[in-house]
Amino acid sequence: MSRQFPALVYFSSKSGNTHRFVTRLGIEAARISEDPDAPLPDPQEDFVLICPTYADGQGRGAVPKQVIRFLNDATKRAHLVGVIGSGNRNFGATYALSGHVIAEKCNVPLLYTFELAGTETDISRVRAGLEKIGRPLCSTAQ
Amino acid sequence: MKDMIETRIPRAINWNRLDDDKDLEVWNRLTVNFWLPEKVPLSNDIPSWGTLTDHEKQLTIRVFTGLTLLDTIQNSVGAPALMPDAITPHEEAVLTNIAFMEAVHARSYSSIFSTLCSTKEIDEAFRWSEENPHLQAKAKAILDTYAPGNDPLKRKIASVFLESFLFYSGFYLPMYWSSRAKLTNTADLIRLIIRDEAVHGYYIGYKFQRGYEQLDEAGQQELKDYAFGLMFELYGIENQYTEELYDELGLTEDVKVFLHYNANKALQNLGFEALFPPEVSEVNPAILAALSPDSENHDFFSGSGSSYVIGKAVATEDEDWDF
Repeated sequence: MSRQFPALVYFSSKSGNTHRFVTRLGIEAARISEDPDAPLPDPQEDFVLICPTYADGQGRGAVPKQVIRFLNDATKRAHLVGVIGSGNRNFGATYALSGHVIAEKCNVPLLYTFELAGTETDISRVRAGLEKIGRPLCSTAQ
Repeated sequence: MKDMIETRIPRAINWNRLDDDKDLEVWNRLTVNFWLPEKVPLSNDIPSWGTLTDHEKQLTIRVFTGLTLLDTIQNSVGAPALMPDAITPHEEAVLTNIAFMEAVHARSYSSIFSTLCSTKEIDEAFRWSEENPHLQAKAKAILDTYAPGNDPLKRKIASVFLESFLFYSGFYLPMYWSSRAKLTNTADLIRLIIRDEAVHGYYIGYKFQRGYEQLDEAGQQELKDYAFGLMFELYGIENQYTEELYDELGLTEDVKVFLHYNANKALQNLGFEALFPPEVSEVNPAILAALSPDSENHDFFSGSGSSYVIGKAVATEDEDWDF
């Protein structure tokens, strides 16, 4: 095994920006479905959550309902070690707000923020960062 | 196409039966974000306006007139041109909202003008907008694509480029003034426009992606080539427009980086990859900070291990959390 990353869970709506980001990361990741009846991912190990932002001008509704539903399950959020938030700077103060909200709610660090589907720079920084936090996680798991 | 529409039975729109949840999501976002220029205290900028040189004043008025032209096109031609192509009745309703907000945006610039400028200055700028070859060229490139009978997906490409790319040579200037603590109320108004345009570009880009995924590989390739071709054409015009406007203040290179950054975002709204590499798309941090107050690159990974900062809460109460 050349690289070890923490498990990843992400949400992406049909516009697909976060999905494209995760695909380009090239790290295995479980997607939280938009469909409220679909089963939620069930991480059995420490994981990082990647979440886009859907806030209105006042910041309401930043975290998608399905992500809240996922985090409401204490056994699922118990393994959350950090969050990566995305959004669009054009939304001003609510840029990547979902990442801030989840970090605060779950008392985990906001690891990184990026816009839309991310840039090449974002991809390489997040890959390197995940590798950095993944290595100790994976070695203690053994 | 027109005949087909006319032979359909007229149907009342039912918001309780959605074909695409995104329509309601975006309708709610746009209606909650509704605003009018009267709510921004523009007159507080009068003292600041007085500190600008004559050239800076003229540049600012011209830039805003150029933005007014784009908003006018999107209000009267662009958003209405997308309506016959709407897949769902709810999409048509969202487009009427987009069209109206473009009229509000166009109207806002006149509020700025009447607050800060003389009639003579305003008239000169509108005359300039009709005669400036670069401004007219970008308007024509977009309007040609909107023409009746054109490919619905090509229209969406042009529309996303207008919403997410062409405005930004203009938006740069109020963000620049704001970063220097000038015309800050005007910048607040422009930020409301930027927020709306971001939703518009996102939504029209999303609808583009729904149509694009229905095409076979050859059809997709043709459209993608068209999109990158149109982006190159518009980028060429924007470069000249930028040089003409910003050379004298020495800001041209800074604005061009902002163009690259926004061109990449426009392409992402369509589901495509970025065109400009990171090294020419790293926007001046002062401009990014003017866009989003809390937007310095958040990178916990590269930090020295010091404690992370939890974001200052906006309003985040949501009854769905149960912990």
